Amino acid sequence: MTDVSAPGNPPFRLSMLIYDRRYRSLTFQVIVFILVMAGLWWLVDNTIKNLALLGKNFNFGFLFQRAGYDIPQTPIPYTSDDTHFRAATVGLLNTLIVSVLGCIAATFLGIIVGVARLSKNWLFARLMTVFVEIFRNMPLLLWILIIYAIFTEILPTPAAYRGEDAAWSMIFFDHVALTNRYTALPTMAMTNDPGSLDLGARITFNWATISFAAVLILGVIVRRMIRNWAQSVQDRTGDRPRTWWMSLAVMTVPSLILIWYFGLHLVAPELTGFNFTGGLNVSNALVALWLALTLYTAAFIAEIVRAGILAVSKGQTEAAYALGLRPNRTMNLVILPQALRVIVPPLISQYLNLTKNSSLAIAVGYMDLRGTLGGTTLNQTGRELEAIVLMMLVYLALSLIISGAMNIFNARVKLKER
Amino acid sequence: MTKTVFLGTVAAASLFAGMSLAQEGSTLAQVKERDELNCGVNTGLVGFAAPDANGNWTGFDVALCRAVAAAVLGDGNKVRFVPTTGQTRFTALASGEVDVLARNSTWTFSRDTDLALDFVGVNYYDGQGFMVRKDLGVTSAKELDGATVCIQTGTTTELNLADYFRANGMNYTPVNIDSNAEGEQQYMAGACDAYTTDVSGLAATRAAFADPENHVILPEIISKEPLGPAVRHGDNNWGDIVRWTLNALIAAEEYGVTSRNIEELVRSSTNPEVQRLLGASDDLGAMLGLDNEWARRVIMTSGNYGEIFAANIGEQTPIGLARGLNAQWTQGGLLYAPPFR
Amino acid sequence: MSETGAQTVAYVRDTMLPAAPAPEAQSGAIKWLRENLFSGPVNTILTLLGIGIVYFLIVTFWDWFAHSVWNAGSLNECRQIIAATWGEGARGACWAVIRDRWNQYVFGFYPQDLYWRPTMTMGLMMVALAPVLFAPERRIRRILLVITAAVTLVSMIALSAPAGWLIFAAIVLIGGLWISERNVLWLLPFSVVFPLLGVWLLWGGSLWGPIFVLVGPILGWLAYRVMLRILPAASVIVAIIVTLLFWLTLAGEAARDAENLLSLSIQSVRSDRFGGFLLSVTIGVSGIALSLPLGIMLALARQSDMFLIKSLAVVFIEFIRGVPLITLLFVASLLLNYFLPPGTTFDIILRVIIMVTLFAAAYMAEVIRGGLAALPKGQYEAADALGLDYWKAQRLIVLPQALKISIPGIVSTFIGMFKDTTLVTFVGLYDPLKSMSDAVRASTDWKGIYWEPYIFVGAIFFLICFGMSRYSMYLERRLQRDHR
Repeated sequence: MTDVSAPGNPPFRLSMLIYDRRYRSLTFQVIVFILVMAGLWWLVDNTIKNLALLGKNFNFGFLFQRAGYDIPQTPIPYTSDDTHFRAATVGLLNTLIVSVLGCIAATFLGIIVGVARLSKNWLFARLMTVFVEIFRNMPLLLWILIIYAIFTEILPTPAAYRGEDAAWSMIFFDHVALTNRYTALPTMAMTNDPGSLDLGARITFNWATISFAAVLILGVIVRRMIRNWAQSVQDRTGDRPRTWWMSLAVMTVPSLILIWYFGLHLVAPELTGFNFTGGLNVSNALVALWLALTLYTAAFIAEIVRAGILAVSKGQTEAAYALGLRPNRTMNLVILPQALRVIVPPLISQYLNLTKNSSLAIAVGYMDLRGTLGGTTLNQTGRELEAIVLMMLVYLALSLIISGAMNIFNARVKLKER
Repeated sequence: MTKTVFLGTVAAASLFAGMSLAQEGSTLAQVKERDELNCGVNTGLVGFAAPDANGNWTGFDVALCRAVAAAVLGDGNKVRFVPTTGQTRFTALASGEVDVLARNSTWTFSRDTDLALDFVGVNYYDGQGFMVRKDLGVTSAKELDGATVCIQTGTTTELNLADYFRANGMNYTPVNIDSNAEGEQQYMAGACDAYTTDVSGLAATRAAFADPENHVILPEIISKEPLGPAVRHGDNNWGDIVRWTLNALIAAEEYGVTSRNIEELVRSSTNPEVQRLLGASDDLGAMLGLDNEWARRVIMTSGNYGEIFAANIGEQTPIGLARGLNAQWTQGGLLYAPPFR
Repeated sequence: MSETGAQTVAYVRDTMLPAAPAPEAQSGAIKWLRENLFSGPVNTILTLLGIGIVYFLIVTFWDWFAHSVWNAGSLNECRQIIAATWGEGARGACWAVIRDRWNQYVFGFYPQDLYWRPTMTMGLMMVALAPVLFAPERRIRRILLVITAAVTLVSMIALSAPAGWLIFAAIVLIGGLWISERNVLWLLPFSVVFPLLGVWLLWGGSLWGPIFVLVGPILGWLAYRVMLRILPAASVIVAIIVTLLFWLTLAGEAARDAENLLSLSIQSVRSDRFGGFLLSVTIGVSGIALSLPLGIMLALARQSDMFLIKSLAVVFIEFIRGVPLITLLFVASLLLNYFLPPGTTFDIILRVIIMVTLFAAAYMAEVIRGGLAALPKGQYEAADALGLDYWKAQRLIVLPQALKISIPGIVSTFIGMFKDTTLVTFVGLYDPLKSMSDAVRASTDWKGIYWEPYIFVGAIFFLICFGMSRYSMYLERRLQRDHR
């Protein structure tokens, strides 16, 4: 060590970059920065050289060429004459559809299983434990393949519904047909069609859909106002007025009026030629992927929920009972708000996992983002660098959006510490 | 801490063991230096390229790889087969992971130009067709309006299918599948009305069914699918070697040179073309940068084109393909090897 | 008071009644049933529902399992046997496919006469893991090592391993057991050497390669000792540079020369021969071994005070966690060649291992960061108060506690990673679940067999993953007891 007999700040010497704690971290960071930059430069340089060697360039022009392939399930209109960009958009929407459906179903199932595991019922609790352990300890890919195979091997072909003495018949009053290709669902039709709102790029929204959405949102707002009013009455008088019928009416009556006004009715799918037509055919690839993602993620969510409930100390329940709260209000007002704090952060990462795992759609031929942009488009154009980079960026953006949104929610339920 | 260091060591060790800088220079020099040919093949298509239970590869494409290895290295077993998927095949070739790609790939304009590949010839003339169950009562592809069709993603067949249905004003629902095995499963279970791929593949698939008589391959051939081996663009000498190995196989059949009579013909043949082919006269091998017996070894390895065809996909095999377009030009087919001169 | 009481009561019991058995409805099985299954209407419904589910599962699957065929050469033969034994139209499982393709499922396309090598590697791995994983309890160690030794040696004999290697394996296995009975920590040097030994045994080739790889860090250590006298602050950096320089420049040449002088080679096996569970376990174990240290470094970097280091760690972790593993595998198979100098090729398994490691490390870093954050601040302050420098404080105080807290998270990351090894099917490797089953199905004998391969592979994965999770629970309990 150098001697530091001089009082006050010693004059700067070069060796202090290594020996002095104040400067050492700076030196270290500068070195790391230089190394990282050098590494990045090396990668970019190699890529440029390799691209030149292969006679390729880095541009995204291919996205606006004709795609030329068809996609089984298209949430927005798409034909093989559209561009690769539109195909990728369709893929992204398909990813979002299966992810959102999966997250919702997995949350419900996970909560049910998680609570059931804590049930006093010995048999039921054990069954749920078996469910959780089986789904947690086997690869997701296995579940996707098995569920898809069950659909294709066990359900009948549409032809089985043909003829007078058909081997299979449609369920739900002849409105739903289960086949090994898709589930044929009825669609909505209107006798009084109000027309559509055109957003350009062949994306349209029916005015009826828009008005239903508007009515529902309004209903939620009015319901909240009713609740606030009931709360204020309770605060003033101590009695809470009965409001459930008002809430129910607010939520249902306008919708019923709209249904009547538009003449909304169900149209059952019909077997014509090879397939059911006239209805909505939800492909088994989507259903199998959705089910597998749901079951697999639900097993993890169940564990999270169970841990969350166990984390609330028993004294809380006892205190609530001592205050005279009924069991369901104890759950709503005391246990759940506290358990949520423990549950939400790991729940966010399960949602993220589910979204990322949806990329296994490749195993069942569901055309998600990976299947379109990272699959067929990549193959047909040979632009692997651009396609994969773009695909990773989209997934990254999705993840960041989900975790951002959920973090906001988390901040709201978090314990407000003083 | 000690553990971290030693695990780091392991990482570096495996990196060091696994990373090898390819030698500078031509593909031929690299293959000779390595004493092994890297050949990209299908991950598993019975008859064309498939590993058996012990990992030994057999098939029509595999035989071509072995022939190239025999020409260059003198031993048809000095091949490393790299299974490639529809997605990884061209990258594997472009990046130098494989020296030649023999993976029933269709020769198309954009692949030859934009993807910087060189298709050196055609070893199988194919076309895309449809297979349906007999009890559907369909006799023509034109009757498939509204059908569900199983299709392998990432292939030219996907584009042909879209174009065909569009051109004929018909609708269809594609069921995208990832591999031939999956396609068979879906089709067998009735998850699709028709299965479409190259006719050779359909025949191979049908042959493997328990009830081949209940399935028909429709007469329409909706595309041209010339399948052939490809090499990297730019190394012309290597391209020549693969091209003329294929031509030697075809020419050998034309001149009646088989793996059985080759020894005899080397000594006794009076046909000057056969003499040149087998290296008995002239110096064709040297022009390729090989020795003069290269073509002899090529034919010795698994026979001429006809023998390879018969052994792997011909009518005597479960796949049972007729020669059809793949007969010699003298027999009314398209196989026509340029002269060895 | 007692006087009056005694007069008004006619009879007072002065002995205790003998204890009677509880009423019928309050004891034994009935009480248990009433309390646990039928304690209320909701519970009764749930119980009936549960019984219904179990009944449904048994009715649906029982005959299929009961009619299992273990000995057949093809699916058709299987079906004939089932029809002949249990009547026409009976359903049955055809496990014969597993028996027929067992080797392929376990070893992939590894050369048949070398099957003993992976088997031995697995056995030796258990010895190498003993000081790391089974350290706490001698009894467990003894049971595991005895079983390992017996299984390994018997299977090696069955696979007709050469006598020399058999003796080697016996010495290591039994010696390992003997040492572990004395002091298990003496096995640590073996644990250090094992990764190189394992790589050599699996891939074969010259022993000089691994030896010279080991020489690198030794030289680095020597350089460290020397530099400690001359310029202590730069000693670590110099040591690392020396090691890397040796690896990049001299090691390859030296190994080749040494091989020419004295050949120490075993038959080399290429990566494309790996498949089935051998592939999964190879990728899984290497990924686990590599991702833990990397994850720790990342977690420390993310907690660091240095802005730049912290931001780099955050960017890296969030990026890796934000994309699906499958896209990383595509990068490994399609893009890595773009990022390396032209003409470089690079083993695909190694590429996959690197990607899987990076992926798991990012998750691991978050788990360990949770552990670090959960430590009371007092621990850090105490370390500072003792005058420990950063690395000493981390090594002696912070990390042991943080890692202990994070054990459940770490193990579930491991389990997740092991399950994810099945995804390598999408880059053309022969994983046991999809590619290998597809390969089996591609043969005419086994065309059309779906459930049996899936169930078999699933069951193996379940055993391994479930075992790991139970082990982590045991470890957690065990360490907790020590803590109190």
